[in-house]
Amino acid sequence: MSTTVFVPRDSAALAVGADEVAAAIAAAAATGGHHVRVVRNGSRGMLWLEPLVEVATAQGRIAYGPVSVADVPGLFAAGFLRGADHELRQGPTESIPYFARQTRLTFARVGVTDPLCLESYQAHGGLGGLRRALDLEPAAIVEQVVQSGLRGRGGAGFPAGIKWRTVLGAAASPKYIACNADEGDSGTFSDRMVLEGDPYLLLEGMAIAGLAVGATEGWIYLRSEYPDARTVLTAAIQRARAAGWIGPDVLGSGRSFEVHVRIGAGSYVCGEETAMLESLEGRRGMVRPKPPLPALQGLWGGPTVVNNVMTLAAVPWILQHGGEAYAAHGSGRSRGTLPFQLAGNVRHGGLVEVPFGITLRELLHEFGGGTASGRPIRAVQVGGPLGAYLPASRFDLPLDYEAFAAGGGMIGHGGIVVFDDTVDMARMARYAMEFCAIESCGKCTPCRIGSTRGVEVIDRIVAGRERAANERLLRDLCATMADASLCAMGGLTSMPVLSALEHFPEDFVRNGQACTPTR
Amino acid sequence: MHESRSQAVPVDPAAERAAIEAAIEQCRDLRGATLPMLHAIQDRLGYVPAAAVDAIAAACNLSRADVHGVLTFYHDFRTAPPGRHVLKVCRAEACQAMGCERLERHLADRCGIAMRGTTADGALTVEPVYCLGNCALSPSVLLDGRLHGRVTPERLDALLAAAEARA
Repeated sequence: MSTTVFVPRDSAALAVGADEVAAAIAAAAATGGHHVRVVRNGSRGMLWLEPLVEVATAQGRIAYGPVSVADVPGLFAAGFLRGADHELRQGPTESIPYFARQTRLTFARVGVTDPLCLESYQAHGGLGGLRRALDLEPAAIVEQVVQSGLRGRGGAGFPAGIKWRTVLGAAASPKYIACNADEGDSGTFSDRMVLEGDPYLLLEGMAIAGLAVGATEGWIYLRSEYPDARTVLTAAIQRARAAGWIGPDVLGSGRSFEVHVRIGAGSYVCGEETAMLESLEGRRGMVRPKPPLPALQGLWGGPTVVNNVMTLAAVPWILQHGGEAYAAHGSGRSRGTLPFQLAGNVRHGGLVEVPFGITLRELLHEFGGGTASGRPIRAVQVGGPLGAYLPASRFDLPLDYEAFAAGGGMIGHGGIVVFDDTVDMARMARYAMEFCAIESCGKCTPCRIGSTRGVEVIDRIVAGRERAANERLLRDLCATMADASLCAMGGLTSMPVLSALEHFPEDFVRNGQACTPTR
Repeated sequence: MHESRSQAVPVDPAAERAAIEAAIEQCRDLRGATLPMLHAIQDRLGYVPAAAVDAIAAACNLSRADVHGVLTFYHDFRTAPPGRHVLKVCRAEACQAMGCERLERHLADRCGIAMRGTTADGALTVEPVYCLGNCALSPSVLLDGRLHGRVTPERLDALLAAAEARA
């Protein structure tokens, strides 16, 4: 009898040798006369255990990790094909506390199935949302999304259903679905994990969006930094089209929905929705002023739903189980779940999908297990390069959009980057300005010029030159950038800068240098 | 994109012309073809030669300034040939939290090159990248399109030696 062994093909697993482990398992099985079928699944998201090898047994899937090539002979000798004991044995995968405590709605299939297998997708509930949507009028689909309370997962948190309603009501045609897969925030990888681990989920979500607003074309803007995601997504689109899930006749309904992919070219600002539209159209990623809203004049000038991968990937579950079921999770006005990502100097880094309302402390300690270095956590940056740096005194804030913002933070795309007590926060503040200078599209002055001036002012503060005056200048500059920038790039760079200054002022005084008296 | 790369790697004008023509032909029917054309040229050559600007402008009915603007806006595009191997080192926050600057210093010490530099023997080009989406296993690098995580200076040496042995 053949045993099924799962070795992830997620690029995080590949980055620590999953391909080599898969090859070693296949070779050892052949040598030992074992009948083994190796399935390349997505990742379960417990990334510190990658490569996480799972064996299908009568007791369910048993996890072993992190497995290196050198461990493979020992695993066979121990009888891992029967789920036997071994020092790397983690037990039944879904009983591992990190996994068991999650509420996986969007990530229900990720890591479970072969990402490109059409049969597994359907066997694990795939297409249920799209079939339901085909039975509904467009307005009724939109209504489900409105009821779900789903908000844009890219960072801005705008209610998705309201955006869809605007596009549905727009008179112009053709209309478009534009998927933002330019996941540029450091500390985030949830989009990538869906693109590589369950790509049909995104295609299903986009097709539902198309039915809801009357769009027959979907465009995915994928960053060039994700070559593995590109390979999987491209193959998924071909197979889904061949199977009739997308294309000229979606599931035999007579409705059409084609999906196109465009690859970015290393620009962070192209994750801003209007810059992304410019880039999709082949131009420089220059931010467009709003209005007009992309919902009315977006891609190629047509009414466009611009949604993040995570937003669109939440939609099939909502259609399948109903908007109210989704809204039953969460806290305050933040409904449903958010796939948080634990990153940086963290012991148990990975993906944690839980309802809104969890605290940073629970995520950092109960899931994350503290730092990788074993030193105390000094700061975390939540929400990407434009998110605030928070000290331990803010770790009890509940992660819902409004409550977290009231505490001076921003959830953004749900990335959490952990720093230990060796971090130099003045350096991180300087980096935030430097990054803005590198990535600014250049259209508006506060961002283009302000970021470069910001680096200089921070250098002067750290050097102790007219410290008080320069600190005032920095705050003034940040206010100008926040108030007068065209988009969030310049507008939110003040968040990491001022939060670092606010919570870690001691780092801005180097070697106890005396400050120059203010004029 | 930076113009001032050392000319460690020679160019072949005939190969450039062929790659530009093939790339333009491949993308001609796409809407908004400028960016795809630039990608298609760099995929073939490893860089975008100056002659590509005129050719794309003519094919897309754009001004040369428009095409130059796109070429120079995006960090991915190079205008001179890279080394035999391209190493992209992540400099974003999660990798900084795990000491990615050690890798930068190591490359400077070992290979004598800074970011966007190419070694004198044309073996290696190093470029910065801002997030590879492998932030739970930092620091990360992309070597010739393959992602590696938890990279230490020692592991980086081994990866570079293996790449050079394959070449």
